[in-house]
Amino acid sequence: MTDEPIISITKLEFTYTHGTRPALAGVSLQIGRGEYVGIVGLNGAGKTTLGLCLNGIIPHMLMGQGSGAVRIDGRDPWTTPVREMARTVGMVFDNPEFQMSQVTAGEEVALGLENVGLPYEEMVPRVAEALELVGLAGFDERSPMALSGGQQQRLAIASTLAMRPSILFMDEPTSNLDPIGKEEVFEIARRLNREAGMTIIVAEHEVEVLAEYADRIIVLDEGRIALQGTPSEVFGEVETMARLGLRVPQVAEFAHAVRGQSAAARRGPLPVTLAEAVAWVGDGQ
Amino acid sequence: MSAVVGIDRARYVYPRGGVVALEEITVEIPEGQSLGVVGQNGSGKTTLTKLMNGLLKPNSGRVLVDGRDTAKASVQELAGDVGYVFQNPNHQLFAPTVADELAFGPRNIGVPEAEIPERVAEAVEFFGLADILALHPYRISFPLRKLVGIASIFTMRPRVFILDEPTTGQDHRTTSTINRLIRRLRDRGSTVVCVAHDMPLLADVSERLIVMWNGRLIADGTPREVFADRAAMERTHLAPPQITQLSLALPGRTGRPAALAVGELVGEFGGAVGSAGTGSGEA
Repeated sequence: MTDEPIISITKLEFTYTHGTRPALAGVSLQIGRGEYVGIVGLNGAGKTTLGLCLNGIIPHMLMGQGSGAVRIDGRDPWTTPVREMARTVGMVFDNPEFQMSQVTAGEEVALGLENVGLPYEEMVPRVAEALELVGLAGFDERSPMALSGGQQQRLAIASTLAMRPSILFMDEPTSNLDPIGKEEVFEIARRLNREAGMTIIVAEHEVEVLAEYADRIIVLDEGRIALQGTPSEVFGEVETMARLGLRVPQVAEFAHAVRGQSAAARRGPLPVTLAEAVAWVGDGQ
Repeated sequence: MSAVVGIDRARYVYPRGGVVALEEITVEIPEGQSLGVVGQNGSGKTTLTKLMNGLLKPNSGRVLVDGRDTAKASVQELAGDVGYVFQNPNHQLFAPTVADELAFGPRNIGVPEAEIPERVAEAVEFFGLADILALHPYRISFPLRKLVGIASIFTMRPRVFILDEPTTGQDHRTTSTINRLIRRLRDRGSTVVCVAHDMPLLADVSERLIVMWNGRLIADGTPREVFADRAAMERTHLAPPQITQLSLALPGRTGRPAALAVGELVGEFGGAVGSAGTGSGEA
């Protein structure tokens, strides 16, 4: 991580044109290069809106009233065309089918590159590289519609990777996938993060998964940051999370309750992953 | 125990491409049972439930709903007995307002007009829909629309209530509502069939789980038994709830039954509070 944060957001407020209340109500946030950040919150808490502010879809394509400042890798998405921002911030949504428009997987990946006018001879290796990164090498000629849900979502990720973004924002990327598909997507994001140093931001309801993968958790509530910290810090706030209507990993809930029964037992940070919980129980015996 | 749904050696092959979706499946669902159906996408879960409401008819074998052969009954005839909530509410909703949507189902199956307002009121209260009754179903958020899809089957009070991935993309608050719904249906004596990847939900509300794999039924038992069946779990890449995994991973618990809820496992530690079975899924 270099000193300069790759994302810097200051007092960001945004209300959609037909919105009755602010979707974001004063968010200030810095994310370092190479961080893996998980965002949790109830539906309507502002997770998607925050993501759409990163690449300029807000305010260029979705209208509303906004204020505050957003800097993404030295650029201001409010004054930079979305087409340009797409080279910095890749977006993946919950329903990969909605993102598929082409006849073959290769064309799907090439679409964004065509939009920014990349010459053909540069396009070919980029498409191959992106498909390779998501484990779909050789799938160029396959129809996106004939792929499994997990493969489609990997293809959607490949389409954004072809633009070589430094930030990948995924909005509930696995909510329509089965357990195998879910694992595929999170493993790829982890590899991109660890091996390519890509900054990953993922909005997700499944806290067990986030505790496993993310360095930092941000909790949004009614357009504001209610909590943030390491998974252990945030999910250790069992009561606060419950008050916000949110879950913590089951092992954290378990450890919190056991600690409540005998305060002397098992000090230190609460376990938030399965492996941590097994070790935590072992230490107390 | 009488079976409200009886599937007897049913086989189903999709007409296009000849893909065998179900190989000779036999399952009996007793009246009032809460059944969870799990498996990867493409394993045959949704096909199985579509046999139960007559949307698909088996190529061979038989499906009986309340003693009626679905091959000889229309979907309309079965609709009064079997309510089906689609995974995607867009496939289901069509009325101009949420209120109309809720009243449509019971009216369509011939519930007396005088009884309908009471049913709608109950659904509005249970699902918290009072503020959106006058809105078009497509003017509300996807998660809310999904609840409206469920509520519009709820007002029909079917004997068999089928839910396909009800908690997908839902936050904890809505998941809790669906958890309460299944409990209420169970208390009423309705039969519930829930297809889901949401294992904590199924651990909490199902009496029985069946595991589908490649069009076959490979495990059938209580959630406690099925989650402890390592072979079936690994073959299907399904992960039991995290607390169940923890209970199975603790060396000191070898040989003891898997825990399904946080409270069950907490009860074994410290000994002071025996809160087993309180259903940790609902914070």
